[in-house]
Amino acid sequence: MNQANQSTLAAGSSTDPAAEAAALDAMFVDTIDRLCADQANRALREQAEDGVWPAALWAAFDEIGLVRCLVSEAAGGAGISLCSALRALKRTAYHAVPLPLAESMMATRLLQAAGLEVPEGVLTVARLDPEGAMPRVAWGERAGFIVTVGAGGDGDTVSLLSGRATLIRQEKNLAGEPRPTLGRAGLQQVAHAQLGGAANLLELYGALARSAQMAGALERALHLSLEYANERVQFGRPIGKFQAVQHLLAVQASHAAAASAACDAAIDASLDAPESFLVALAKARTSEAAGQGADIAHQVHGAMGFTREHSLHHVTRRLYAWRDEYGGEAYWQQRIGRLICAQGADAFWPMLTGL
Amino acid sequence: MHQFKFDPVRLPESAGALRREVRAFIAAQVAARRFDPRLNSWGSRDDEFSRECGRRGYIGMCWPKCYGGHERSALERYVVVEEMLAGGAPVGAHWVADRQSGNQILRHGSERARQLILPRIAAGECYFSIGMSEPDSGSDLAAVRTKAVRAEGGWSITGTKVWTSFAHHAHYLIALARTEAKDANRHAGLTQFIVDMSRPGIGVRPIYNLYGGHDFNEVVFDNCFVEDDMVVGEVGGGWGMVTRELAFERSGPDRFMSTFQLLLESISKVGGDPDECAATEIGRLCAHLATLRRMSSSIAGALDRGANPALEAALVKDLGTSFEREVPEVFRRLLPVEPTLGKEASYGELLGMTVLHAPSFTLRGGTREILRGMIARGLGLR
Ligand SMILES: Cc1cc2nc3c(=O)[nH]c(=O)nc-3n(C[C@H](O)[C@H](O)[C@H](O)COP(=O)(O)OP(=O)(O)OC[C@H]3O[C@@H](n4cnc5c(N)ncnc54)[C@H](O)[C@@H]3O)c2cc1C
Repeated sequence: MNQANQSTLAAGSSTDPAAEAAALDAMFVDTIDRLCADQANRALREQAEDGVWPAALWAAFDEIGLVRCLVSEAAGGAGISLCSALRALKRTAYHAVPLPLAESMMATRLLQAAGLEVPEGVLTVARLDPEGAMPRVAWGERAGFIVTVGAGGDGDTVSLLSGRATLIRQEKNLAGEPRPTLGRAGLQQVAHAQLGGAANLLELYGALARSAQMAGALERALHLSLEYANERVQFGRPIGKFQAVQHLLAVQASHAAAASAACDAAIDASLDAPESFLVALAKARTSEAAGQGADIAHQVHGAMGFTREHSLHHVTRRLYAWRDEYGGEAYWQQRIGRLICAQGADAFWPMLTGL
Repeated sequence: MHQFKFDPVRLPESAGALRREVRAFIAAQVAARRFDPRLNSWGSRDDEFSRECGRRGYIGMCWPKCYGGHERSALERYVVVEEMLAGGAPVGAHWVADRQSGNQILRHGSERARQLILPRIAAGECYFSIGMSEPDSGSDLAAVRTKAVRAEGGWSITGTKVWTSFAHHAHYLIALARTEAKDANRHAGLTQFIVDMSRPGIGVRPIYNLYGGHDFNEVVFDNCFVEDDMVVGEVGGGWGMVTRELAFERSGPDRFMSTFQLLLESISKVGGDPDECAATEIGRLCAHLATLRRMSSSIAGALDRGANPALEAALVKDLGTSFEREVPEVFRRLLPVEPTLGKEASYGELLGMTVLHAPSFTLRGGTREILRGMIARGLGLR
């Protein structure tokens, strides 16, 4: 908490804090673009999917400060705001970076919220079920540390674990990102603290991070579709000249724009912690847009997009995976709907305008 | 390629107070049974209500004070407009004049036209119609055939307009007419005129809509005279103005709130403890609506900065009108109510009214297909 406050203060020291923050964000995005242009290529993504850890890319992200971006400068991090971190994350997803950057951010925030120190290394997050199993842990076997949340007898807890977990089931998400189910045995507890609402907090961070990632990936899917529509020639002209294809692309652009707007709304409001209602709206909206945007991208790409040769799948499979992680759209829609109904119709508009 | 931008906006300090003020005003009107919010949207009108809005400074909000305006920002106007729509206020009488005609006159009209007309619009007592569409010119607006020819001190207009909303109540109509024969450049030679509807040579015939209502009309001009200083902008420069105007016309909350009253009534009807299906559908609509608000207010912010967000407006209108159309579809699936034809405020009638108005949402103000064509052009595909 303290660390977050410090970084906000640091960013607020200039005359126009908003402009300065925006300039810093843009710089970070530029750096990510350059780094990914050099290193985050198809070969690297394919190797990552085959289980090769992209160590050089991870080191490069560490070097530019993204891995420990939420750790205060005093503690050796970049000390940027949560909003800035999420905007950077959005951009890494534009490049389909096959690394647990989102997980690293989430783990950092959970530890900070629990008042625990953030270790150096590859961090991930997990939900600890009562039997001691951790389902679908992103990069669970590779991570040096796992930050778990669990519901204990006297409330939610946050634990920092390290060591070699027991592999219960080797799983991957649709994008081939590792999601093994792990057992607690073999892990040592490094630190531990009570944190009320920790499980809920993990879910919100997860939903917020995936929203940002989907918005980034949707933008990339749109750019790939546009490129392809301008290149691919059928009936003597680029397919992008056909009105039917133009309309598909217009709709894809709308999905991408709506997802981005919904996720930006949540990011802008999540100054120190996820703003729960806006996160719910963002995940509901981006998850819905993710499938629709990916579907259109595939329609426009024809059979070529259905291959492993073309790079479209690096973003579309992520969209198809991420939309269901940390709750698919139906899950969040239902939560939003219940809240609205419980408060009644008269409260609906004031609630919307109060966002 | 155009970079579609939806920069976040922060509403000005004054917006909160303004919002509370409008909300209280509408609540008082409803309490006094001045109107039934359930039946109203920007499609319904009440001259006395419009005059009250004028007295309160809710019309012509962004115009200079010397023309009766209030020199407020587009974002402040945005707040008033969305509160009016959310409150189901009968704003139809002054809607077009406030949203677009007045802006046109302010930007491109003669000094006399501004002085004569703008203060009366702002007072809520002068109403406008849009005379663009014709029998043979719908989406293809450049095909208009209504002709204006030179006459002593002005122009003489002859031709037929259709789908002219509220022409039977309007004091003026802005007509798009050909002032030069069509040549290779179809967009040249079009001019906009402010036509005084009380003049001779104008026939207005009702056209009843799908719902059975009389909103739009056929308007026939037969040598109708218009003074020189009622030309809007340059003679022959009408096309550019019409297309720019659309950024104002297309981006507002009226493009996604036409079915808001049904949404509210439906939430009430579903009740406090919805089943899974109802909760999910309502949550989905809410996520869409919240996102549309964010995008639309962002456009208001861009207008304040003097940008021309015409492409963003097209995108928001396409998304927004699709949303509006979904609302009745969602609730006719969820609730066991048969829609009914009638003008009372029962749920069945409200649903029926919405179902029979919905097809127009993706037509009026530029069809869905035309909007998608514009977006595609922005994407560099055309
Ligand atoms: C309720 C309502 C109120 C209206 N109020 C007014 C008003 O006040 N003033 C006014 O001037 N007009 C008004 N209009 C008219 C409105 O602007 C037109 O309906 C609209 O521009 C479409 O023209 P159209 O109806 O002639 O359809 P058309 O242009 O004939 O189109 C018919 C169908 O063909 C499609 N189409 C046409 N061209 C293309 C193309 N190039 N590519 C792909 N598809 C295409 C359209 O999308 C549509 O689906 C109103 C319409 C409605 C429904």
